[in-house]
Amino acid sequence: MSFFDYFRAQKKKSAQVAKERLQVIVARERVTRNGPDYLPLLQEELLAVIRKYVEVDNDAVTIQLDREGDCEVLELNITLPDGRGR
Amino acid sequence: MAKIVVVTSGKGGVGKTTTSAAIATGLAQAGHRTAVIDFDVGLRNLDLIMGCERRVVYDFVNVIHGDANLKQALIKDKRVDDLYILPASQTRDKDALTQEGVERVLQELSADFDYIICDSPAGIERGALMAAYFADEAIVVTNPEVSSVRDSDRILGILSSKTRRAEQGEPTIPGRLLLTRYAPERVERGEMLSVDDVREILAVDLLGVIPESKAVLSASNAGVPVIMDVESDAGQAYQDAVARFLGEDRPHRFLTVPKKGLLGRLFGG
Ligand SMILES: Nc1ncnc2c1ncn2[C@@H]1O[C@H](COP(=O)(O)OP(=O)(O)O)[C@@H](O)[C@H]1O
Ligand SMILES: [Mg+2]
Repeated sequence: MSFFDYFRAQKKKSAQVAKERLQVIVARERVTRNGPDYLPLLQEELLAVIRKYVEVDNDAVTIQLDREGDCEVLELNITLPDGRGR
Repeated sequence: MAKIVVVTSGKGGVGKTTTSAAIATGLAQAGHRTAVIDFDVGLRNLDLIMGCERRVVYDFVNVIHGDANLKQALIKDKRVDDLYILPASQTRDKDALTQEGVERVLQELSADFDYIICDSPAGIERGALMAAYFADEAIVVTNPEVSSVRDSDRILGILSSKTRRAEQGEPTIPGRLLLTRYAPERVERGEMLSVDDVREILAVDLLGVIPESKAVLSASNAGVPVIMDVESDAGQAYQDAVARFLGEDRPHRFLTVPKKGLLGRLFGG
């Protein structure tokens, strides 16, 4: 294997990167799609509040809307980085 | 009663108009009375792709406003029997299409046609919603590229919630994927999403794969729907798609790079 081939093999193919990015964004958008219009904004504002205290990724806040009988249940998940505040 | 089919995508420039012209022509060639409507108010391109731009007298908005009747506005295709085009208006008034007006025109056409193909404008707003609202079926045109795939997913969401069927609690329309501008050699090099990647992400039925093809530009230059170029790869891929649309089971072609023969390998680039 030549020097250049080595680097080529190391680099992830761009189509693979595209696929992984799409899977994440599409999954996110599907969750909020059938919910009330304020869900995406709620998600963003929560993220902003959390960021006052901890540095987190864009996908640290996930919202799941479920239906139980005639009740709507909003499930919030916040993933914090391991034990480090600011 | 006609079946109303919307050709939609969210993103612009992915091949909706090319597809609407090809599918409508293919359906008419198969003997189904077909009308194709340009919903892209303000732009009007379908007439050019169909090669009837010089015969436009009245348009969709004229009919909605009662300035002309459908008979006056519909353009009969000169090459294919049973094929009619209803051109878009070039008015700048984006609100020229009213839901009641569109419904009335579709109802009147329904009595007389087997298929009504609605060529949607880009976007996920009013114009696109109007083209999709009354549909019984949807063809979602997608390019193997991130923003197109994401927009297609949004459109699929809209189809399942914002159409008349969805609002009336009827079974929602099954959107079918038409992957266009597919370049197998780039897929094989890992530079382009593969048909399996896109299917996995969108999780819908695959109607067909149309290869990236020089024939599409030549066809639009000439004003002949590319499906009539029967020698071309894109033309044949659209013929397969029409056959599948009509319920035939055909294998997908043009998904891999053709192997070069001996001469090709000796002299080919
Ligand atoms: N399979 C294809 N191969 C090559 N070019 C294509 C193909 N499909 C569409 N195009 C080109 O892409 C451009 C946009 O197509 P069009 O059908 O007008 O898209 P839309 O209606 O979605 O905006 C046009 O220039 C057309 O010739
Ligand atoms: Mg168009």
